[in-house]
Amino acid sequence: MLAIYKREVRSYFQSMVGCVFVAFLIAFTGIYFMAYNLTAGYPYFSYTLSGTLIVFIVGIPLITMRSFSEERKNKTDQLLLTAPVSLWKVVLGKYLAMVTVIGIPNVIFCAFPLIIKAQGTAYLKVDYISIGVFFLLGCVYAAIGMFLSALTESQMIAFISTFGILLILYLWNGILSMLPSSAVSGLVGVLIILTLIVVYIYQMTGNIVIAGVIEAVGVIAGVVVYFVKSSLYENLLTKMLGRLALADVFTDITSNSIVDITGIALYLSLIVVFVFLTVQAIQKRRWN
Amino acid sequence: MIEVKNLVKKYGNHTAVDHLNFTIEEGHVYGFLGPNGAGKSTTMNIMTGYLGATEGEVLINGHDILKEPEEAKKQIGYLPELPPLYMEMTVREYLEFVAELKGIAKNKREESINEVEKMVKIWEVENRLIRNLSKGYRQRVGLAQAVLGFPEIIILDEPSVGLDPKQIIEIRELIRQLATKHTVILSSHILAEVREVCDYILIISKGKLVASDTPENLERNLGDSDLIEIETKASPDEVRRILETVDGIRSISTKHLENGITWAQVQEKKNTDIREKIFQAFAQNHQPLLKLNPLQVSLEDVFMELTQSDRAAEEYAEKAKKKETEDMKDAGDL
Repeated sequence: MLAIYKREVRSYFQSMVGCVFVAFLIAFTGIYFMAYNLTAGYPYFSYTLSGTLIVFIVGIPLITMRSFSEERKNKTDQLLLTAPVSLWKVVLGKYLAMVTVIGIPNVIFCAFPLIIKAQGTAYLKVDYISIGVFFLLGCVYAAIGMFLSALTESQMIAFISTFGILLILYLWNGILSMLPSSAVSGLVGVLIILTLIVVYIYQMTGNIVIAGVIEAVGVIAGVVVYFVKSSLYENLLTKMLGRLALADVFTDITSNSIVDITGIALYLSLIVVFVFLTVQAIQKRRWN
Repeated sequence: MIEVKNLVKKYGNHTAVDHLNFTIEEGHVYGFLGPNGAGKSTTMNIMTGYLGATEGEVLINGHDILKEPEEAKKQIGYLPELPPLYMEMTVREYLEFVAELKGIAKNKREESINEVEKMVKIWEVENRLIRNLSKGYRQRVGLAQAVLGFPEIIILDEPSVGLDPKQIIEIRELIRQLATKHTVILSSHILAEVREVCDYILIISKGKLVASDTPENLERNLGDSDLIEIETKASPDEVRRILETVDGIRSISTKHLENGITWAQVQEKKNTDIREKIFQAFAQNHQPLLKLNPLQVSLEDVFMELTQSDRAAEEYAEKAKKKETEDMKDAGDL
């Protein structure tokens, strides 16, 4: 795992992608920092950071796009998969390398609140927590990007699909306000989500019995709950899918100074889920 | 050493490998021979754990490649069809990476890399970027990667493709050198290469194993009889008349050539050598022989026959079986 990690980190900085990412992120943050904190005199660095979020949406796909698609295209994955290293370690080695690249600008950001403090009052606790959560959010985005990269042979497709998904997540609150809130639509929404999950399970296992049983049990349970207590479904879609507005956890800190622990737990579990899905996607390809 | 049992690999409806069974013993050079698309690469990819099999199992020294992948993979060095190289690394960096990946102890890495670099002669390019190397050197770096750590089994998928004749000879030398300490399995669709390097051949066609034997046995087992070609100035009728006096002939075919020479092909019965008798017979009739040439079935013929028609493959399998039982009977008599 260490070998892969070291190679990846080195390759990020040899191929300039890593340098460009770090430079871009810092330059952009620097401009915001100048404008908000130094010129306008606003004492929260976290606010500056929330402006930088949009850079992540372009920058992270840049880092993740080549992780697995390039290996597959150049057939170097044959080396990794025939080496006496488990697939988990291969995926984790690569993922940690991305996390390291994302971590570098965040470490540099840690200096910015101190600059503010040198000029007057600073709110270090909020600032450092927001940097930490910002970094975690980057890790979640990277896990999503890595998963999408493992699905394709083309870097371009990996980039565009990751960018698209991150953009949708960024704009999620706006999209969400268009969803209906009645109980029936809640039920329909739940059934659609259930069916999508079942289709994925069927794709991965090829076992129609398991998929069918899960779908049937889910549909029955969903309908029964609807008739017993339909009020549960009201606003359910907005509540459930509202969680997907991942950046909310971060913006809560930056705009309201509220730290949502469940949100951080959500980040961590999403990272685990997408690393797991990446491993599964590669495994699946070996068996097809 | 390697046991492949009932291996099947399906891509959708297409069966790439079809119930393959074979065993690889220690210390030999094995050649996978087959036309393009016969399933050689797929088989190798499954043996090295890159692909999963639809059915069947592969045991490397008793370790199942799918159930105990790390133990099994440790014993294999693999050079795929396209060497898995990272273009942005130098040769040295790349080999250091592979050494670490293969879990070679830190204090032995340096020494191991140096030894391999000398062996495949990439010593002088070790600080160059792989991107800038020629195809031949890239292939050698790929080979170095497979040999690194000196695993017991070395699997090479078409190691000489795309190389110039001099490099091909060098790679063959290297394979022979490796074979003294390792079990080598290589695939090829070039007969001459397999014949020259391997001491055991597995012929694969349409995903099935159609023959596995030493090159010599393969040549001998095909065809029940040997052919003898003769040329003389006697007329075709005369030739037939003379040959009829010789025992051990199965069939004769003659052809009158333009310059008054008769060409004849004689099929002799198995395990008889009638060349002397033919000579004597013609000498007694005062008909000098211009040419007496035994024709042997070449590996090319075996290959063509076995991979072109399914029937020939089945017949070959039957014959090989019969011969085996006969050999056993002979042994019993002794």
